[in-house]
Amino acid sequence: MQNLPWIILFTPLLSAVLIVLFTQRWRNLSALISIAAVFVSAAASIVLFRTLPDSTTAFQLPWLDFSALGIGFQVPIGITIDGLSKAMLLVVTCIGALIHLYSWAYMADDEGKSRYFAGLSFFMFSMLGIVFANNFLMMFIFWELVGVSSFILIGHWFYRPAPPAAANKAFICNRLGDFGFMLGILLVWTATQSVDFEVIKAKLPELAANPAFLPFATAAAICLFCGTVGKSAQFPLHVWLPDAMEGPTPVSALIHAATMVAAGVYMLVRVYFIISISPAAMEVIAVIGTITAVLAALMATQQDDIKRVLAYSTLSQLGYMVMAVGVASRDGAMFHLFTHAFFKALLFLGAGSVILACHHEQNIWKMGGLWKKQPITLLTFAAATLALMGVYGFSGFYSKDAILIAASEHHPWIFYAGLFTAFLTAFYMTRLFVVVFFGKARTEAAGHAHESPAVMLIPLVLLAIPSVVAGYHGVIANFLPTPAHEAASNVPYIASGLGLLGIALGFLLYRGQEKDPIRIPLLANKFYFDEFYALLIWNTQDLLARISGFIDRWILDTALVRGLSSGTWGFGFALRFIQCGNLQAYALLFGAGVVALFYFILFYK
Amino acid sequence: MSALNSLPILLIVLPVAAAIAILLGAAPKKTALLATAANLLLTLWLVFGYDQAAAGYQFTSATLLAPEWKLSFALGVDGLSLLLLLLTALVAFAAVWIAPRPEKLERYPSLYYACLLFIVAGATGAFASLDLFFFYAFHELALIPTFLLIGIWGSGDRITAAWKITIYLALGSFVLLIGLLALYLSLPADVRTFSIPGLQALALQGGVIPQTPWIYLTLLLGFGILISLFPFHTWAPQAYASAPAPAAMLHAGVLKKFGLYGLLRVALPLMPQAAQHWTNLLLCLLVGNILYVGLVTIAQKRLDTMLGYSSVMHMGYIFLGIAAFNPLGLTGAAMLLFAHGLSIAALFAIAGVVRERTGSLEFAKLGGLAKPMPFLGFTFGLAAFAAIGLPGFANFASELPIFFGAFSHAGKGLAFSNFQAAGIVALWGVVISAVYMLRGYRAAFMGEAPKRWAALPDLCGCLRPPILLLLAVLLITGFRPQLLIHLVTPTIKAVLAVPAP
Repeated sequence: MQNLPWIILFTPLLSAVLIVLFTQRWRNLSALISIAAVFVSAAASIVLFRTLPDSTTAFQLPWLDFSALGIGFQVPIGITIDGLSKAMLLVVTCIGALIHLYSWAYMADDEGKSRYFAGLSFFMFSMLGIVFANNFLMMFIFWELVGVSSFILIGHWFYRPAPPAAANKAFICNRLGDFGFMLGILLVWTATQSVDFEVIKAKLPELAANPAFLPFATAAAICLFCGTVGKSAQFPLHVWLPDAMEGPTPVSALIHAATMVAAGVYMLVRVYFIISISPAAMEVIAVIGTITAVLAALMATQQDDIKRVLAYSTLSQLGYMVMAVGVASRDGAMFHLFTHAFFKALLFLGAGSVILACHHEQNIWKMGGLWKKQPITLLTFAAATLALMGVYGFSGFYSKDAILIAASEHHPWIFYAGLFTAFLTAFYMTRLFVVVFFGKARTEAAGHAHESPAVMLIPLVLLAIPSVVAGYHGVIANFLPTPAHEAASNVPYIASGLGLLGIALGFLLYRGQEKDPIRIPLLANKFYFDEFYALLIWNTQDLLARISGFIDRWILDTALVRGLSSGTWGFGFALRFIQCGNLQAYALLFGAGVVALFYFILFYK
Repeated sequence: MSALNSLPILLIVLPVAAAIAILLGAAPKKTALLATAANLLLTLWLVFGYDQAAAGYQFTSATLLAPEWKLSFALGVDGLSLLLLLLTALVAFAAVWIAPRPEKLERYPSLYYACLLFIVAGATGAFASLDLFFFYAFHELALIPTFLLIGIWGSGDRITAAWKITIYLALGSFVLLIGLLALYLSLPADVRTFSIPGLQALALQGGVIPQTPWIYLTLLLGFGILISLFPFHTWAPQAYASAPAPAAMLHAGVLKKFGLYGLLRVALPLMPQAAQHWTNLLLCLLVGNILYVGLVTIAQKRLDTMLGYSSVMHMGYIFLGIAAFNPLGLTGAAMLLFAHGLSIAALFAIAGVVRERTGSLEFAKLGGLAKPMPFLGFTFGLAAFAAIGLPGFANFASELPIFFGAFSHAGKGLAFSNFQAAGIVALWGVVISAVYMLRGYRAAFMGEAPKRWAALPDLCGCLRPPILLLLAVLLITGFRPQLLIHLVTPTIKAVLAVPAP
């Protein structure tokens, strides 16, 4: 029992190390090692969930320790075991296990299979570190490590042009967010002299009693939130997530839908005791979440790539979760994180099944009529779609309502924006579903599609179950505190009505269509964010870089150095030697000269 | 004096003896590799033999040369010098191993290897000396073979590069010499000494060493020029770009650290109050190192100059730790000396292998190299991520205390102190370094490979160990940074123990 958290955390790391060092040549063996590791972690997580009592100090490994220098700066690798981390642990390991299994078939013929599975194992290690972290710096360490595993996996097909670009974009956007995150950690540290969550929690009430602390707390909270903006791809750093779809589809399901991108929300909930001090910071969080939810849902309505539709949907749902934190409903945020992880992972895996059946075609307008050929994919995909739309009886209904009710109590505009997003979600998912599965096959590949192998279908079926039931009170209460449901609220009826409207509109517009009847360039081009950022970077960072490069080359180097060298101290004599190419002679003279000079000054003063 | 006390002397004599043997006709690579391997083992012996509880200088030996000047050839090590000796031994071993086989060198293969060994001997001597004269002289000794290596075996515009580094480092050494002499002459005549422990004992008495600001400034600039402190940095990128890979590894990885070692060993412990005068100046200059040089790095169009500038940029972080002048900052700076030395050596080693295969390091001509050369692509990725401070590598574990050290200087009320402002710029530098390193990595190793690179051979198995060794040490010390902290803690304590006047 005493080693359980370490087994969960380090088995995937061990697997990654084994693959990198020893089994790269045997691709199937690498895959087996990685799959075995994640199943060990998942089994141990279930045991941990059922047996270990809550604690934040029982498991510690020293990492940095400055006590020998009389400084109370200690950074251990320490394990938090509480309701929050236990629930997140199960989500990460169980979905992770299913996606590993699915990858076995999806990546069967990939020549970089060993690299892929090593990356996947390394990701599991990093993600579990975030879940377990009991202090800010440990969280930051693993925060960076999930960033690099995401980089590796997005760039899996590094020999094509697009994936490395997407990988770089993802990593740099995350680093931008981490700049704020680290600054926030440093600010918290200057106030409390600690990075340990429990210690900070104990010290904060006393500090918060001083009104002068509030602006400081606001600054620190907003800085910490920057970490979420990067990792959970919130506006204005949302641009990396759609591009991240260049990675293999199981990676999109695991990292860019179910777990890593939700880490930002998890972090906010973990440090809720800090950010909730500042109402202003909470307002910022709510607004950013709302903007992301609406913008992303709008963009999703006009995408033609099946994975990109889902990516924008993920952005939008993450916006919901962040908004929930901002309107002080952290239970709602975690609830939606929990249900979303299952149905969004299922949607991506279903999309993977479709993509594989259509010979790596991702454009939904080149699919169609798949309902006959892929019945199991169809059914599971439908369950997840209904859950995402928030249809009554499916998990998403309950968690989305929890958020919307909290928003309705907070501010009407945030609530309206949430409702509008719910409507858009129903609309774009109907569009996706109708275009992909119904109508006639629009290409030859789609016509010859057939159902995926059992190894891929089993995870689909296993994920479909929680996608339906995870929201039921009897289920969720085992894992997370559920938000108090007000029986009298009419929010569920309004939201369901709008959802049905979206579904109806989607059906009417897209049934039997051969191409998209609506074209809104602004949405199809994602509000031109990428173009705007490219222009911005070119005109700021790159411009400054070019100017600095010019100054360095022509002013600091040429003018100063040459001026100095020819003007002073008779170094001209050295030049003559070099110009006749006799460097050795010069070097000898130089060394001798220095020694002689030293001697002369000292002894013949 | 037990036999063990002559270990430091042996560390210097071994490479010199090997160099002479090579010049006299011994097989160059084998002899050099043997000598550096022996050095590595002896250094490890020193590290493990060092008595942490007793602290202070150990394995000391001294030969009095000029009694009237109290000048003696004194060697000895403490935690900080052990760290640098270990760095020297590791990088030297890797550099000699990765160096081209003698028959592949167009000119004077014996001299090439002898030069490498002389650099090693010089660096080792400088880090093990307990006497200012030899501390200085050994560094000078190491510079001469560096010039030769760039001037004779360099690539590109090697003559200009050799000329520039020569002028610049000579200038830096000269300023440093003035500073050291001024420090010596400013002491009361009866206590004048060149002995570093002797000087430190004087400093501990308080009030004996005059805290003259301009003397410290001279030392700071002298050491600073050797470390490529902004704006005296322009020699470094071109020199490293032109230098043969082993020379770039040894200079950027090891020899350049002499200046920082000097600040930690000599300037700061002897003149802590004088140092305070120039803190704001140092903060301004190091912001130049991080922000300005960082931007210049982004603008680079070649892998080698990009690496050169990135190495200049990262010196800014070490300066930040030194400027912070508190336990966290100084310890972080000492750790980063070690970590940066290993990571930049690994990067230059790989860049050198790539240049050997492609003939050019221009980004426009490279691309997709990880496909034909997966090992080089993978290890370059690891070293690049180490350099930009990814957790797991020692660089991150070193930068972290530096940031916290800088932030320990609280401002008044809600305002940031100058240290914190510089710390925020340094944090931004982490973003900048990700931008240039990932752009460079992608330009060289990712994407579609041009046809002409499709058949390039990967690094052969026999040349992989040195790169793996450097990366392994970075990872081990990154996972267990306590190994490094433990080693330097007594030295840092001693530096901070000097009383206020």
